[in-house]
Amino acid sequence: MNLTIREALLAFRRAPLLSALSVTTIAFSLFVVGLFGLVAVNLQDALRGVAERVEIVAYLLPGTPIESITLAEKDIEAFPEVHSAVYVSEDSALARARAELVEFRDVLQELERNPLPASIEVKLKPRFRDAEHVNDVADRLRGFGFVDDVRFGRDWVEKLDRLRQVAAAVGLVVGAAFAVVAIIIIGTTIRMAVLQRSREIAIMRLVGATNGFIRRPFLLQGAIKGMLGGLVAVGLSYGAYTLINRWLIQAAFFSNVQALAIVGFGTLIGFFGSAASVGRHLRRV
Amino acid sequence: MIKFTNVFKAFPKGGLALKDVSFHIAKGEFVFLTGHSGAGKSTVLKLVYADEPVTSGEVRVSGFNVAELRPRDVPMLRRRLGIVFQDFRLLEDRTAEENVAFALEVTGARRSSIPARVMRVLTQVGLAAKAQAYPRELSGGEQQRVAIARALVNEPSVLLADEPTGNLDERATRGVFQLLRDINASGTAVVMATHDLDLVRQAPYRVIELQEGALVYDSAVDEPRDQAATP
Repeated sequence: MNLTIREALLAFRRAPLLSALSVTTIAFSLFVVGLFGLVAVNLQDALRGVAERVEIVAYLLPGTPIESITLAEKDIEAFPEVHSAVYVSEDSALARARAELVEFRDVLQELERNPLPASIEVKLKPRFRDAEHVNDVADRLRGFGFVDDVRFGRDWVEKLDRLRQVAAAVGLVVGAAFAVVAIIIIGTTIRMAVLQRSREIAIMRLVGATNGFIRRPFLLQGAIKGMLGGLVAVGLSYGAYTLINRWLIQAAFFSNVQALAIVGFGTLIGFFGSAASVGRHLRRV
Repeated sequence: MIKFTNVFKAFPKGGLALKDVSFHIAKGEFVFLTGHSGAGKSTVLKLVYADEPVTSGEVRVSGFNVAELRPRDVPMLRRRLGIVFQDFRLLEDRTAEENVAFALEVTGARRSSIPARVMRVLTQVGLAAKAQAYPRELSGGEQQRVAIARALVNEPSVLLADEPTGNLDERATRGVFQLLRDINASGTAVVMATHDLDLVRQAPYRVIELQEGALVYDSAVDEPRDQAATP
């Protein structure tokens, strides 16, 4: 086996406890990121579902001439955010209500006068289905003189959006804190490994081993620990996901790419943790 | 091969470890570096293998300008040198054979070539039969032979030996010294720092003597003297 790989793997046998500790801290840091990540991913999914149904409905004043409405419909469809704008007349609103609200069919049948206003139903293009753009379009709809009122599921969209942002932010902050701890612990294990092997390193230098060659096993060792931590984190997240799925709600798990990103991030933490430490301590040996 | 020109070396905390030292050691030469402890013998060797920076002056070693050597070129210089110390510096958890092979492994030698090269140098130092022994199972003289084998395995043009017999009894000293003479006879230059004047008198080699960091006697340049040095 290649000397670098052999030396890197030997580290686990030389200091099993410290190695386990570094893997565990990285795993926990990434697990926290992962949990909040899962929440964010699922909220994102939920949000998409809600967003697809998000419509802005502009109710029109009674007696608005149909020509103005047709013109307005065209105008609104020309908004860059708008996917479609459909005019619903008083009559079709009533017909729809009769069809959809079966329980109230009798009441609706007996009406002498149609109480439902005409409206224009506006759907946004997918990438504009967030709180900000919905508000913006709603404001512009209000600008039409014959628009009486504008309704949309603003609160839902905004709340979900905010929740998702909070989940992502908390995950990142707590995860980053753990990552710092992980880097410190990795640095310490590398420091101990360097000191433990100082005699060997001195001899390597003496016979002409390059610094890169001396450093490589330590970097590899850190990267392997980080990768293991990442794998454990994905495993723990999957465990948590299974539990949530069974007992709480139907949720989604990370995509393969996201899971791979977690493992990759762990590898990077391990690599840079050891790189920062090994350079500093090799100079002293 | 090794050329010092007006070399000064300052101690980190002030004072001079070497003062205006100049000498030239030719290819294949055997040179004793003598003087009291603290006279600067080890410092001279450390400057040769770039373990310490040169304060001023020029140090040239087999084509390398050591004073201006970039850190990443230091390993290349050291691969041309063999270095042996008083305390052997062997790895206790490796056999004689593995200690020697280590020098090849970490300098990127072709793996298939390693066993044969290791056996050849172990034979050269007379330890082929003890290739599987750990350092603690070997006598001081034998351990120093392993260290010499390790220094030789990269086929250096110069062997630097810093008090190689300092920890050995008389018999082992004679054995190791003879080994160094044999190595020199086969064409490798040997620079041996020692304060063992008996050893120095035994052989007709060049003597460079240092005193408080200054070169006070060089038998290649100065008049020969009956008594090699003051004790």
